Amino acid sequence: MNITEKILARAASKGSVSPGDVVFADVDKVMMHDVSGPGVIKVFEKLKKQGINVEKLWDPSRVWVAEDHFVPSAEKISAENISKLTKFVKRYDIGRHFRYGMGQYGICHTISHEEAMVMPGEVYVGGDSHTNTTGALGAFACGLGHTDIAYVLLHGRIWFRVPETYYFKLNGRLPDHIMAKDLILHIIGEIGTDGGAYRAMQFGGSGVDAMSVQSRLTLCNMTTEAGAKCGIVEPDQKTLQYLESRGATNMRPVTGDADSEYAKTFEYEADKLEPLVAEPFSPENTRPVREAPTVELDKSYIGSCTGAKYEDLRAAARILKGRKVKIRTEILPAAISIYRRAMEDGLLRIFIDAGATVGPPTCGACCGAHMGVLAKDEVCISTTNRNFPGRMGHVDSKTYLSSPLVAAASAVTGRITDPRDLP
Amino acid sequence: MNPFSRAAGKIAPLDCSNVDTDQLVPKQFLKLVQRTGFGKFLFYGWRHNADGSPRPGFVLDDPAYRDSKILVTGRNFGCGSSREHAVWALCDYGFDVVIAPSFADIFYSNCIKNGLLPARVSEKDAHMLMQDAEAEVDLESQTITAGSHTVPFEIDPHSKKTLLEGLDDISRTLKFEKEISRFEKDSRIPSVL
Repeated sequence: MNITEKILARAASKGSVSPGDVVFADVDKVMMHDVSGPGVIKVFEKLKKQGINVEKLWDPSRVWVAEDHFVPSAEKISAENISKLTKFVKRYDIGRHFRYGMGQYGICHTISHEEAMVMPGEVYVGGDSHTNTTGALGAFACGLGHTDIAYVLLHGRIWFRVPETYYFKLNGRLPDHIMAKDLILHIIGEIGTDGGAYRAMQFGGSGVDAMSVQSRLTLCNMTTEAGAKCGIVEPDQKTLQYLESRGATNMRPVTGDADSEYAKTFEYEADKLEPLVAEPFSPENTRPVREAPTVELDKSYIGSCTGAKYEDLRAAARILKGRKVKIRTEILPAAISIYRRAMEDGLLRIFIDAGATVGPPTCGACCGAHMGVLAKDEVCISTTNRNFPGRMGHVDSKTYLSSPLVAAASAVTGRITDPRDLP
Repeated sequence: MNPFSRAAGKIAPLDCSNVDTDQLVPKQFLKLVQRTGFGKFLFYGWRHNADGSPRPGFVLDDPAYRDSKILVTGRNFGCGSSREHAVWALCDYGFDVVIAPSFADIFYSNCIKNGLLPARVSEKDAHMLMQDAEAEVDLESQTITAGSHTVPFEIDPHSKKTLLEGLDDISRTLKFEKEISRFEKDSRIPSVL
C-alpha cells in the first residue's frame, strides 16, 4: 500500500485497502473557519429541529476553529458570524480557537502547520477546500462541505472512497529562481483543473526530499486546483523536526510500502523548470513568465495560505531589498507568528523601505472578501491560488498567479517579470 | 431530506466547462448562512452589473428557460471552494438535477447531502441534452429521457442509495446505530494477541 492507502486502512481498522474501496474512517482532527463554521451551525440547527441529538460533539478536543476569511470584520454580518462562532466554541467546549487579534492567529491552513495542529499519519478534515495543504505533513487531509463537517463533529468518522494515487516525482533540487509554486503551476497546466479529480496527488523524488516543509505545503495546497481529493508527501526527518520545533510529541508517522502502487507517475527535471504564471481565468492557463504578454499591472499581492508563509516572504524580500516598487504592493503574512518572525528578521523593514504595505493575517483579497479587492479592469499579479472571474474583486478584473519571487519582481517593474531579468 | 426517485422538467443549457463555485455563489454572499433564499444569488456576477442592476442575456433569465428543473453543463462543474452555499443556491433556485460529464469532488458530495442529483453523462450526451427542451430523469434505472432518446447516467451506488432513501449520513447512522455497534463489537481485534 502507498501512504494514503495505509493511513486510510489504519483509520478504518482494516488490514489493507485498495483504490475504489469505500471505508468508514476515524477522523483525528476537524477544522472550521468563519465561513464554514456558521454554515455548520446552521446544519446543527436543522438537525436539532429534526429531533437529532446535537448536545455533544464526539470529541471537542480534536476540533479547532480559525478566524480568517472575513477578519478584521468590515461590516456587521461578518462580525455577527465571528460572534456566533465564538458562542459555538464555548457552548461545545471546542479545543482550540485561534481568535483574530488574540495570541496566535492567521489563515487556518497556515495555523495547521505553524501550530502543529495535525500530525503525520492522521486523518484531518476541514471545512475548506484548501485543507489539502496539510497533507504535506504526511497526513490524509481533505476539505468537506458543511453537512459532512457537522457529521464528523457528531460522530468522529466519515465515509471515504480510497483514492487512486498519482505520483509526481521531481528529480534534482529546484534552482534559486524556481519555487514550489512554479512546479505545482506546471503540473496543473499539464494535467488540467480536473486532472487530479478524486485522486491523491503524492509528491516525491530527490527534489521534494531536498525541499523545505514549507515548499511541500505549497505543492499540496494547490492540488485543490487540480481537483484532487488530497495532496500528500511522505514524512521524513524534516517533517518531524518541523513539528517538534512547534511542540508536537507522540507522532505516529506512516510511510508507503516499498512496493507502493500508483495509478500513474509523472516525472520532472528541476533544472528544466521555468518561472510560470497562470493567466486569467484558470490556474491551468500556465505560461513561462518570459513568454507572458506585456500587461500593465496595477497591483502585486503577496498573501494567502499558498503564498505568504515565512519562506514566501523571505523570497519576496530577496527581490525587494534595496529596490522600489512601481505598483501597489500588498504583503499579508499568513499568520501572526510569521509576521513576528518577518519583523524580527528585518523583512518588514525591507518591504516598507521598498514602498510596499504590510497587512494583517487574513484571507483578505485572495477570496475577494475585503482588504485590497480589485476594481473593474484592474490587473493583479498574486501569490494566491485561484484566478477565476471575479475571484479577487470585480468580475472584470484580472489575476495572474505566480510565485512570490515573480510577484515581487513584477512589483518592481510593473510588468510580469522573471526574477532573473531584473536589473 | 426527501427521497428522490425521478424528476422531470425544463432543461437549462449552460455550455461551459469548469464552472467554479465563485461563479455559482460569489463571495459576498458567503456571510449569509440561512439555507434558504440563496437562489437569488445563483450566478449573481453573470446576471448583474456591478451596481446590482440586472444584466440581461444570461440563460436563466431567458423566458424560455424560466422555472427550469434540470441544468445541463460542461465538465468539472462546481470546482473551487467547498462552499455548500453553491448547492443551496441551485436547490433554492429550483433545480432538482445537474447533468454534466464530470463534477468536482466536494461539490458532488455536497449535492448528495442536499438531495440534488448530480448525473454524470458522456460529453456527447451532455451536448445532445443541451439541445432538448425538457427531460425526465429516473434515478432507479439511471436514465434520462428527452424527446425520443434515452441516455444512461452514472452515479456511485452509495450516493444513489442515499438519494433514493432520502437518508443523509446522519439519519442513516441513527437508523443503523445498533447494526453498526454490533458490527464493531464483533469485528474488534482482540487487544491481547
